[in-house]
Amino acid sequence: MLEIENVSRTFPARRGLFGSTGGVRALNQVNLSVSKGESLGLVGESGSGKTTLTRQILRLDTPTSGRILFEGQDMAKLGPAALRALRARVQIVFQDPYASLNPRMSVHDIVTEPMLIHRGKLGLDRRQRTDRAAELLELVGLGPQHLYRHPHEFSGGQRQRICIARALAPGPSLLLLDEPTSALDVSVQAQVLNLLIDLQERLGLTYFFISHDLGVIRYICDRVAIIFQGEIKEEGRTQQIFDAPKSEYARSLLAAMPEVRVPD
Amino acid sequence: MIERHLSNKRSARAEALRRAFYRFRQSRLSLIGAAMVATVVFFTLFGAVLAPFPEHVDGGVDTSNRFSAPSLAHPFGTNELGQDVLSLVMAGTPVSVSAGFAVVFIGSVLGVIVGALAGFNGGWIDDVLMRFSDLMLTLPSLILAMAVAAALGPGFGNMIIAIALAWWPGYARLVRGEVLQAREEVYVAAARAIGASPFRVLFRHILPNIVSPVIVKMSLDMGFAILTVAALGFIGIGVRPPTPEWGTQLSIARSYMPDFWWTAVFPGLAMFMAVFGFNLLGDGLRDVLDPRARR
Amino acid sequence: MASLLEIRDLHLSMHSFEGAAKVLSGVTLSVEKGQIWGLVGETGCGKSLTGLSVSRLVRTPPAEYTRGKILLNGTDVLTLDEPRMRALRGRRIGMIFQDPTTNLNPSFRISTQLIDVALAAARHDSKILGLPATAGRWARRQAARRLAIDMLTEVGIPDAATRVDDYPHQFSGGMRQRVLIAMALVGQPDLLIADEPTTALDVSVQAQILDLLKQMVTVHDMGVVLITHNLGVVAQTCTHVAVMYAGAIVEKGPIRAVLTDPAHPYTKALMQAIPRRDVARGALQGLPGAVPNLVQPPAGCRFAPRCILAQPSCSKVPAEHERAAGHLVACPVVQAAHHA
Repeated sequence: MLEIENVSRTFPARRGLFGSTGGVRALNQVNLSVSKGESLGLVGESGSGKTTLTRQILRLDTPTSGRILFEGQDMAKLGPAALRALRARVQIVFQDPYASLNPRMSVHDIVTEPMLIHRGKLGLDRRQRTDRAAELLELVGLGPQHLYRHPHEFSGGQRQRICIARALAPGPSLLLLDEPTSALDVSVQAQVLNLLIDLQERLGLTYFFISHDLGVIRYICDRVAIIFQGEIKEEGRTQQIFDAPKSEYARSLLAAMPEVRVPD
Repeated sequence: MIERHLSNKRSARAEALRRAFYRFRQSRLSLIGAAMVATVVFFTLFGAVLAPFPEHVDGGVDTSNRFSAPSLAHPFGTNELGQDVLSLVMAGTPVSVSAGFAVVFIGSVLGVIVGALAGFNGGWIDDVLMRFSDLMLTLPSLILAMAVAAALGPGFGNMIIAIALAWWPGYARLVRGEVLQAREEVYVAAARAIGASPFRVLFRHILPNIVSPVIVKMSLDMGFAILTVAALGFIGIGVRPPTPEWGTQLSIARSYMPDFWWTAVFPGLAMFMAVFGFNLLGDGLRDVLDPRARR
Repeated sequence: MASLLEIRDLHLSMHSFEGAAKVLSGVTLSVEKGQIWGLVGETGCGKSLTGLSVSRLVRTPPAEYTRGKILLNGTDVLTLDEPRMRALRGRRIGMIFQDPTTNLNPSFRISTQLIDVALAAARHDSKILGLPATAGRWARRQAARRLAIDMLTEVGIPDAATRVDDYPHQFSGGMRQRVLIAMALVGQPDLLIADEPTTALDVSVQAQILDLLKQMVTVHDMGVVLITHNLGVVAQTCTHVAVMYAGAIVEKGPIRAVLTDPAHPYTKALMQAIPRRDVARGALQGLPGAVPNLVQPPAGCRFAPRCILAQPSCSKVPAEHERAAGHLVACPVVQAAHHA
């Protein structure tokens, strides 16, 4: 469904008043593929290139070299109309549910906005959009009584549910989950993770799950890729990587993982 | 089902209002500011009607009764033409306030357009627009206003245009800065990710979130605009007598200071109250309107 | 012999639009030297407020201490005036906060900031610099600089003698947190309060910082309160743990006892929510319901509305009972079952 082929992204050297800074290679020959219905986990520490990679997939940025195919189409070759259609198919849930909702918009406006933008494709009138928003809220564990509230009235977990509802609104097939639970408490995180699993089963979604939390990745993903300094260090089935990591980096990462176990 | 949604909508709004009012009430100063502004607005609407000596407002004189000190009949005294100062001050409110408001309104509309275009587009558009507004900022507003008055002739409309021309760059700068900041917000990235057009991103996601600082600046600026209007009246290129205006009144009264102090003090106090009230209100609004500071 | 830190029945209200929120209600905890207490709980449970209360960094108003004591070596810090409190902060109590970037002034060299802290601490106890109280300004400055370098070396900053003159932005996040630890330890405090010290860091760096913290406890003979939302961090680092929910400690005790035999339903729920090794996909247990409104908290046990074991007896404020040596649980239902 999603194929990332030899993607590199170099940020050019900048020449400033006090001399120039060298170019930064944020991604180096990244190859990944995600097939329909699976969950691929991307693990990396800060500055590893996780975010740069998501920006490439969302076409908020363009790779320096390499290409990204979505359902067989090269994303770089899409015209404006096709790109817009693609935006409906690939959606994202951001890390910080406090920052990713427009504080001036009601939940209704937030959730119906993607349907309004993609109304050509979805063909919903105003009334249908409101009803669909109510349905979506119920799907993510909220309800129609929340439609006309504003984001600041919700807890972090509820906001993340609103973000998920917004992401589902245009009927996507691929969901990029950029650390969707790292700003949440564990008991809430568990609910959101279970919601994501439930939604995947019900709607046949494909997940590209980015996180630095290995426990979360182990819980939700079928396959894992470990990224370090813009390069994929290891990739494979979750079980296999957690039981027998091959690369040195993966081993050190797993060793540092704060597991809840009784100390000796 | 839809009806239920709508009642939710209303109760949510009411709740938000109550919350805002609670926070506004937390600060006594902003309440005082609001009361002062309310008084000013009241006289803007009804000042001319309520004036005890409406004939004086229309230019009538009473030379037998010149420079009488404040008394029960004339609480603010009378001026060099025997006109009731209280009536003139009351009737002067609409001119000052409406001129101030017009200046701030025109200035902010121009400024928001320029600032939003510059901040949102960046690149050469930003450079051109901002250098131009910098250029405008270097011209002192009074001098510019005098030049416009000289070119177009004195008068209410020309005065407003002149001051507003010097006023918008402040808004342009403010708005540009806010837009640059808002552009980096995650919800803006989220809007782009759902395929929102640049137009929608700007009008639906960025501008509504920078309204608060603009409104706060408008309220703070109202005071200064009223002052500037008065200053133009003072130097004689604003509104012409007999139209009552505080700056003009002050200008004429200054030659009778300090013996007939009431002719200058009361228009001055009115000005003080308007300026101070709008400033306090602006500060209070800043606390209420910032959605991030919600508790 | 008084405990290093003893918090007794601390009640704290926070005044706001909704009314007075009872954000802490009866927190009792005692910390001895050599112990690392993990104070763990979810957002809004009052763990940070408890930590801030110890160094009296909670603004009053809007906050108000309605009952309780905080004894530090036997003195109640809630009764101290501000100058004496300032002498205590940085000297007897060291603090480390979550974000290492905002707690260092970006426009001063590390050396300047560390020397300032050392000189301030030396004003209250001249022994810190190893100089007689009569030493001159220059001598004190030199000694403070030597101390700064020693501390940086101790917290594992390589080449500290030259790095000390760098600016904060020249350090990585982990290194900055080390600098902050050095800064907190300069005054040789008896008690260190670390509020989410590793939350902003990558896991591998986090592990290093936690190791450093453990090491410092043995070297400096202090007590630590480590505030965190991450039970994994607690398991990795602490000797003791206190689990907080909605302003009260529901369970506390030695780490082994609590982790092997979690008794309070909330502790259990918290542990079941963590994606551990043996949890199958979809089998994680979230905690239904929401944290109670603290303006009108439920009478008695605040966890009762979400609790699977809730009974009528839960409407009374639960008393703690000792389950095993030092392992206290505030739940009458669990107590009854335990004794049955």
